[in-house]
Amino acid sequence: MSSREQVLARIRTALADVPRESEAAPDPAAVPRGYRTTHTGEDPAAIRELLAENLADYRAIVHRVGDESEVAGAVGRLLAERGSKTVAVPDGLPADWLAEVAAGTERLAEGPELTARRLDSVDSVVTGCAVAIAETGTIVLDAAEGQGRRRLTLVPDHHICVIRPGQIVASVPQALPRLDPRRPQTWISGPSATSDIELDRVEGVHGPRTLEVVLIDD
Amino acid sequence: MSRTFVGMPPFPTAARSSTKDGQLRANLTHATHTIRDKRAKAVAELDDWAELREAGKRIKDHTLRHLDHYLEQLEASVTAAGGQVHWAADAAEANRIVTELVRATGETEVVKVKSMATQEIELNEALAKAGISAYETDLAELIVQLGDDLPSHILVPAIHKNRSEIRDIFQDAMGRWGRPAPEGLTDRPAELAEAARLHLREKFLRAKVGISGANFMIAETGTLVVLESEGNGRMCLTLPETLISVVGIEKVLPRWQDLEVFLQLLPRSSTAERMNPYTSTWTGTSDGDGPQRFHLVLVDNGRTDTLADTVGRQALRCIRCSACLNVCPVYERAGGHAYGSAYPGPIGAILTPQLRGVESELDASLPYASSLCGACYEVCPVAIDIPEVLVHLRERVAEGGGHRDGHRVEGAVMRATTWLFDHPAALGAVERAAGAMRGLVPRRLPEKLPLPGPAKAWNDSRDLPELPEESFRDWWKKREQRGSGE
Repeated sequence: MSSREQVLARIRTALADVPRESEAAPDPAAVPRGYRTTHTGEDPAAIRELLAENLADYRAIVHRVGDESEVAGAVGRLLAERGSKTVAVPDGLPADWLAEVAAGTERLAEGPELTARRLDSVDSVVTGCAVAIAETGTIVLDAAEGQGRRRLTLVPDHHICVIRPGQIVASVPQALPRLDPRRPQTWISGPSATSDIELDRVEGVHGPRTLEVVLIDD
Repeated sequence: MSRTFVGMPPFPTAARSSTKDGQLRANLTHATHTIRDKRAKAVAELDDWAELREAGKRIKDHTLRHLDHYLEQLEASVTAAGGQVHWAADAAEANRIVTELVRATGETEVVKVKSMATQEIELNEALAKAGISAYETDLAELIVQLGDDLPSHILVPAIHKNRSEIRDIFQDAMGRWGRPAPEGLTDRPAELAEAARLHLREKFLRAKVGISGANFMIAETGTLVVLESEGNGRMCLTLPETLISVVGIEKVLPRWQDLEVFLQLLPRSSTAERMNPYTSTWTGTSDGDGPQRFHLVLVDNGRTDTLADTVGRQALRCIRCSACLNVCPVYERAGGHAYGSAYPGPIGAILTPQLRGVESELDASLPYASSLCGACYEVCPVAIDIPEVLVHLRERVAEGGGHRDGHRVEGAVMRATTWLFDHPAALGAVERAAGAMRGLVPRRLPEKLPLPGPAKAWNDSRDLPELPEESFRDWWKKREQRGSGE
């Protein structure tokens, strides 16, 4: 008997006391779910405020802009303030967002030559996101257009992430139906952090030490 | 290097030395109290916590009742997404499978995400025997590995070490494993974290094989989920060419939607955060993004034995949050090493003897490593009734496992105590006599006292309480006579 058969047989023996309802597949929907799907209500402005508050609480640096036309100014300013000489750019990032990046800043497009080792010397990365969750202060990336492969937002030390109003949800239960599990996802709540030394929180162990969020209000 | 839990003494013996370690107790008290206070606040933010907890419990129970079905579904989903599934009946088989998978890549080193399952099966030691170096990349696991130590907590494995001890370990050992610690390293946590970043980054950038566990596996989609904080998990899960995930069979959940429950329960219960800094999900392989080869090793190693116990099977609901450790008065004083297993604390006291059986002296002692105060059940996000399982396992030990003496002594003591409480005059006399003789009573009973085995172990690991001048009953009587004026 293979180990597969052995383990499955052991499970069936172990569950001898459990009545098998029928030959049909079990129905996970039958499990009662009395919890809330949101703790925040429906008002988009309130949800956006909560997102900004919780992002900041987890030490992401939040920048508010009025509408999408102001993103370029904010991104250009943040890269200049940081003194970034190189910036990684995912496929499909709106070209407008980088319109005010200082001349002389090297843009590195995604591709096989942008290895992890090369990314290690890149100063910043600019991306969009798939979903942002207000109640937990979480940004979800799913490697779609404008977000890049997972390593792009991992190896450089500075990540600027742009959030559009339509991408914001209140809660974790509202986020999951919007996400495709077949895509690789990274859920980010603040910058990399550890509390392993006497539970003192330290930002920036292996992921980006600085997470800046450009939040579009309208 | 890397010690193992094999051959550990039984809990009372191990606890006897650890409870005398003042530094350890100070480190533990600080850490557990900090995190339990923070957790209470994080939980209080959600007014539907009770409903979430109930749903978490019910989803896990539903899955366990149909575990064969969901594992077969998971296998089909992972395979369809480009992964390869392997089944391991026990630790030896899991280690053999992983070793062969690493060998097939031609590599002799791997980077690892913190994983309880690989600690349980002692994978690092098995790989070392095969000439493969496994580098732990979680900061706390790195501290434990460099210090040739054992983890002592599920969430913060180096909780027993303070900053100056960590500095010494980094300075002594980093150079032997790769990039040495920077000159003049101080014990500031930020500096220590930076030293770990530099030490590990060169390993991440050259690693061809990553090994992980998983917090959850979704049967419906074949998705695996890892929660972490530092980004070392993301490095191991995305930079190598080959990813091998070693996961206990009980970690499966039916549907993608089920994550809405556990992504609320787990971070708040474990790190006391609304959400941990990073969560990664992956489904098989993705073209041009992340590892192009993915292996899932499903591990039984005693889980089906646990499933067969109708009372004890609820331990398989555990999502390894470690909230029960942080509220446990026994854990706080004894420390994690005394439990002699990758799983310390209250959950370890019920999980370990079920996974390994109660034949060894250590495993038979674990169901007794508790005061049955119930705090662990209160905080458990999936409502595992740990005290119920402890009592159940004590019965099992008493009936079969060669520890009848211990049970008999406990029974005799309980019968004597019951008699005393049933005879108030006798109780009063005993208490008064004790008060009168308090000057003569030592702080600790002599360790050479000719007590039978378990009673001796009990005695040797405890200080005697200070006896009050008068008994409570005498004090109460006088207080009543004086009236309620004071």
